[in-house]
Amino acid sequence: MSALTVERLTKSFGKHVVLRGVDLEVAEHEVIALIGASGSGKSTLLRCINLLEAIDDGRIFLGDREITGARDVNAVRRRIGIVFQSFNLFPHMNVMRNVTLAPRDVLGLSKPEAETRAVDLLERFGLADKRLEFPDRLSGGQQQRVAIVRALAMRPELMLFDEVTSALDPELVAEVLQVIGELAEGGMTMVLATHEMSFARDIANRVCFLDEGRILEVGTPEEIFTRPREARTQQFLERIIKARRLSF
Amino acid sequence: MAGESDRRADLEVDRARGSRLVSSLRSGGDSRRSVAIALLSTVVFFVAVGVAITHAPGWPEVRSQFFNWGEFKATFPEVARAFLLNVKIFSIAEVLILAFALFLAVLRSLPGPVFFPLRMLAIVYADLFRGIPTILVIAMLGFGAPALGLSYIPKSVTFWGIVSLVLIYSAYVSEVYRAGIESIHPSQEAAARSLGLSHGQTLRRVILPQAVRRVIPPLLNDFIGLQKDTALVGTLGAIEAFQQSQIDTNATFNFTAYLSAAVLFVAITIPLARFTDWLILRDRRRRVAGGTA
Repeated sequence: MSALTVERLTKSFGKHVVLRGVDLEVAEHEVIALIGASGSGKSTLLRCINLLEAIDDGRIFLGDREITGARDVNAVRRRIGIVFQSFNLFPHMNVMRNVTLAPRDVLGLSKPEAETRAVDLLERFGLADKRLEFPDRLSGGQQQRVAIVRALAMRPELMLFDEVTSALDPELVAEVLQVIGELAEGGMTMVLATHEMSFARDIANRVCFLDEGRILEVGTPEEIFTRPREARTQQFLERIIKARRLSF
Repeated sequence: MAGESDRRADLEVDRARGSRLVSSLRSGGDSRRSVAIALLSTVVFFVAVGVAITHAPGWPEVRSQFFNWGEFKATFPEVARAFLLNVKIFSIAEVLILAFALFLAVLRSLPGPVFFPLRMLAIVYADLFRGIPTILVIAMLGFGAPALGLSYIPKSVTFWGIVSLVLIYSAYVSEVYRAGIESIHPSQEAAARSLGLSHGQTLRRVILPQAVRRVIPPLLNDFIGLQKDTALVGTLGAIEAFQQSQIDTNATFNFTAYLSAAVLFVAITIPLARFTDWLILRDRRRRVAGGTA
């Protein structure tokens, strides 16, 4: 059974069509990388899956249940974690509070239960000593790792990553990618929009190339990165190689 | 949020720099020289103004009518006692305003077409009560409501004075809250909603705590206005500081009692104004130091 199914998804903002009929199937424990130029619709696709954007047409299934038109969107979002490019930690709460807020308020966990869960995750990702810090005292990499922990604390079935390293200084990228790599090894089902081509090649089971709101090409990293079929994919990858974001 | 140690550091900086008045003088080049110039020009200015006033032909008359020390001593205790009613009025009003204005602001932030009537109601309310002069609302409610003769509504003019002030100032303060809510970046809401929090939970846990912190200075600013406007309740006949000084003035034909009232109002509002400025300054400094909004 697939973990996520997207059928003929379309979405426009006013007259600007962002997604023009996207089809995507993600198997359980599968890692999908979405690549493509800025504006190709990667972020919008992720936000639609999480129901943060209302879609115009198409259907989305989480497991075998349709979530488009769901009456309780909060119940759906509980099962899907998303991490944003700009971290979006809550600046008025310390790390512990950031991580335990949703488990306590949404899942109804008691304070000790939620904190045990949070401490486990923070320890696992080397953030145990940052529990009482406020976000503005953390580096970008630490903030992003906390954001990942915050999403994981809800024990989601599916994790979405929206260019989570794009806002980071280059030397902080590795620590965040390492966390995502560990999650992949642990069998987490993930869809990640990324500009880190080497990372996508290493971690993804399949890579989707988005172009002007369509998935133009899908394949294994091997297929997409070494022998892309579409001319647009080739052009995109050539530009990336020139910009030294992918090396062979 | 900066930590406690940071806050203490802020205070140290404040103390080291001395008052803002002096530090603002220093911005122009050599500090000692500019302080001296400022001091000199201040003295010259006030001496000139003082000489001009005290040499005016009507000055002896004005002094005995408005700045009469004997009258001041005689009226001050009475006016001060009456001023306790002003304090009571604004203390009660401020608590009610904080709650009612927040309710209005939240109404206005409700999403979706279903809540359109409530949003519209909140907008009409804010427009209406910011549009009518305070003294008119106080007169209409203060004289009108008790005149209805309904047994179950209070007849006390103080009560209706407080109601009027709450109605008017809630309109202003709800706008302040709304500005605060709108200043929180939409990504905060997206982050909260993506975790499964409802709109209400998002507002309560994520948006409002940040918004309220941001609007404390403009909010206190409105309260400075409110504290002065408590004098308008006197027009209904409540014996507050202004009304008491009016009574004294009518009895003695000496206006020094007004000065007593003015001194009392200033004694309350100036510290609040300074405190508000200090909060703004601290906030700005922290944002510069912290980097994250």
